[in-house]
Amino acid sequence: MSLSVPDLNLRIVVPALIVSITALVVLLGELVTPAARKRWLGYTSLIGLLIAVGATFGLWDAHATAFGGMIAADNFGLFLTLVILLGALLSVLLSVDFLRAHQVEHGEYYMLVLSAVVGMIVMATATDLIVIFLGLELLSLPLYILAAFKREDGPSLEAGLKYFLLGAFSSAFFLYGIAFVFGATGATNLTKIAAAIAKNPSGDLLLVGAGLLLVGFAFKVALVPFHWWTPDVYAGAPTAVTAFMSVAVKAAAFGAFFRAFFVALPGLAMDWRALVALIAVLTMTLGNVAALLQSNIKRMLAYSSIAHAGYILVALVAMGAQGSSSALFYLLAYTLTNLGAFGAVIALSDGARERLEIGDYAGAAQKQPFAAAALTICLLSLAGFPPFAGFVGKFLIFSAAVETGWAWLAVIGVLNSLVSVYFYLRPVVQMYMTEAQPGWDGSATLTTRIAPLVALALAIAVVGVLALGLFPTPAIALATGGFVR
Amino acid sequence: MTVNHFVILSALLFGIGALGVLVRRNPLIMFMGIELMLNAVNLAFVAFSRFLQSLDGQVFVFLVLTVAAAEVAVGLAIIVALFRTRATVDVDEVSGLKG
Repeated sequence: MSLSVPDLNLRIVVPALIVSITALVVLLGELVTPAARKRWLGYTSLIGLLIAVGATFGLWDAHATAFGGMIAADNFGLFLTLVILLGALLSVLLSVDFLRAHQVEHGEYYMLVLSAVVGMIVMATATDLIVIFLGLELLSLPLYILAAFKREDGPSLEAGLKYFLLGAFSSAFFLYGIAFVFGATGATNLTKIAAAIAKNPSGDLLLVGAGLLLVGFAFKVALVPFHWWTPDVYAGAPTAVTAFMSVAVKAAAFGAFFRAFFVALPGLAMDWRALVALIAVLTMTLGNVAALLQSNIKRMLAYSSIAHAGYILVALVAMGAQGSSSALFYLLAYTLTNLGAFGAVIALSDGARERLEIGDYAGAAQKQPFAAAALTICLLSLAGFPPFAGFVGKFLIFSAAVETGWAWLAVIGVLNSLVSVYFYLRPVVQMYMTEAQPGWDGSATLTTRIAPLVALALAIAVVGVLALGLFPTPAIALATGGFVR
Repeated sequence: MTVNHFVILSALLFGIGALGVLVRRNPLIMFMGIELMLNAVNLAFVAFSRFLQSLDGQVFVFLVLTVAAAEVAVGLAIIVALFRTRATVDVDEVSGLKG
């Protein structure tokens, strides 16, 4: 009898390992760091994340698998790893002073962010449904805690509870889908599932499994009709956490979503393509229309994130290399833009007092011109104005849809973008064309100075949004990486 | 007893659990509904595993059990923290944020 040891090939998971080690260092460091020096834990996290970025570039074009084909370092997964790490870097930059201002400066915060990042990397690079589930849980559990991180604060706890109950609920659906796909094909490896489907393409069990997987993913990336938790959770969670959740979770979950449906279930494309197209229409439309009605900027950005998930879904319907590369570019553009927008919301707040109502933004441009300009650029990019990143992202996705024969879907997407211009411009009009309100112009308390780290994060986001909009070619070239099969 | 019996039983359990989450208003009961759903998944995994003559499904059950335990720890912590600030855990009363 011979015992075969699977190829571990640890080199492939080095980025995730580096982030894990950083998380442990931060967790232990918390014990010996005096209360006044907690920000050093944030700096440690930044260093760890930067090293992980370097390691990810080192793996570029490796096209290898590890752990017996359960994790793959293909350019698709590595690109998403970079997007996730970038999102985490900017979020940590935004968090350091945010935590102090809100008096929740605990070292666990960074450890939880880093653990979630490990889960996201695992999820984005997994090539086995069970490993995707593992990554999903590893990213969800820390985020439940992070959403409830202000544990003396009602809305934050409520957001944590809602996120937890619905997250666990959706995980059960996802897992049940895995069970059915396993029962129908005898495999959980994406490539083996595809092979089994090619041999025997029919079967109710398989369709039920694929449907349950779709429901699980739809919950995680907030697609209509599984989106209703999003506005409450995004509005209640601390703003720095919302910023992180709104971008990095989407990148990881969409990565696994695309991989599962492109690699494992292309044989069922006849069955799911039209359904996903319908969900995309509903998600774009409902997200944008509901965002029109919001007066709270965090709720508005929550509905806007639902709408953006709808745009990315158009790329899933388009399928093929163009679909995946346009989605990757869009996720990068969305990450920079949305973090810039949330970063500007943090920069425009006054200590723990945040400008949450859109009316609060009246006259903000005179007090804090830099943050107001950053918010304007990011909102214009989200609306899809050239020459910003959001325009190029939408252009790539809609042209992928047109070229694969889904022109009507692209038309609906463009119409939705037009609707979205109205609500994205509302805070801009308030900031530049309205007189400051009493209470916010009372300059006695309002600080016009932005914390240096927040300013750095905003600068990175704005420069990124402009660079991706003006010179998109290098990023598009990076995004065209395919899957390892 | 064929694999169908077990799958139907697991679907029933899953349905009861999902209904519990959607209908009941106490987070602890909703939580029990989620546990029931996860155990329905376990039953399906074991049944398929036996049917396919593959041990993979049995291994997944251990993974699911572990994850469920981790979820319990986090979920109960959030519920306890909420109870401390509100002295209630009814989800209808925890509705400062209106979706």
